[in-house]
Amino acid sequence: MNRAILVGVALLVALVAITGVVPGAWGGADGEAEETIGEVAPEYEPWFSPIWTPPSGEIESLLFSLQAGLGGAVIGYYVGAFGRNRNASNA
Amino acid sequence: MHIMEGFLPPFWAAAWYLVAAPVVAFGAYRTAKMVREDSSRIALVAIAGAFVFVFSALKIPSVTGSTSHPTGTGVAVVLFGPAVTAFLSTIVLLYQSLLLAHGGISTLGANVAAMGIVGPFVGWLTYRFTRRYAGLEGSTFAATVVTNWVTYLVTSAQLAMAFPAGGGLEGVGSAMAGFAAVFAVTQVPIGLVEGAIAAGLIGYLVEVKADVRTRLGVPA
Repeated sequence: MNRAILVGVALLVALVAITGVVPGAWGGADGEAEETIGEVAPEYEPWFSPIWTPPSGEIESLLFSLQAGLGGAVIGYYVGAFGRNRNASNA
Repeated sequence: MHIMEGFLPPFWAAAWYLVAAPVVAFGAYRTAKMVREDSSRIALVAIAGAFVFVFSALKIPSVTGSTSHPTGTGVAVVLFGPAVTAFLSTIVLLYQSLLLAHGGISTLGANVAAMGIVGPFVGWLTYRFTRRYAGLEGSTFAATVVTNWVTYLVTSAQLAMAFPAGGGLEGVGSAMAGFAAVFAVTQVPIGLVEGAIAAGLIGYLVEVKADVRTRLGVPA
């Protein structure tokens, strides 16, 4: 793993650690935007609702993990293959 | 963050579809052409797309007491430029709006315009500019941070145009400041995380893959 990735991971860990110190609800910023719309245009009603909503928070996090997992697998597969090819051609 | 389903009035939803559609179509054409010319490029397209997948799935806490997600488009911007990035972003945004009720079909055009087009385009300009003075990893970092940040500024502008805080440009401006206040601060640390990891990945790709060196103009 190279230095830049380590820096990124360290930053990420620091951000997660901050949640223990800084008070906050740690909800999504999209929810806050929704509230802001409510303040600016209190009469606005969403005219379209999601076709399908995950039935629970668990199912939602399952689909989010699946998204990240699939992406991670693809990156790992190709980056791994690139690394092996280079080692093979150097040998 | 993506604009939630139904949260743009029909007029604006349609307008952003008109903006996004031609760019996405062009991006799809470019992607197909590039892969047809050299099928080994599919590996890089897959990595760039997968990076968007991973990063837009993460909800990262920021220093502001709320969470938001990175865009993950930086790697695609550096490797392929904005058009292909628009196409890749659309796939991810579709997945999230259909399966996660995150973003939406009515707001897909607007979200693609922000995350897939304007953000990546400004990020790509940043990359082209900084690349003259800085190394590849530094430029990738800068491009990714700018892409992330501009994406959220565009989202703020889109919401402000649909929900101005008063008449005329002034109303749009003050509403935009309100929305940007929600996102901008949250987004800065998250952009830095994304930028560092994108820079690391590009740095590694250049090390192991000769055609990435050629593509990015790095001497072997």
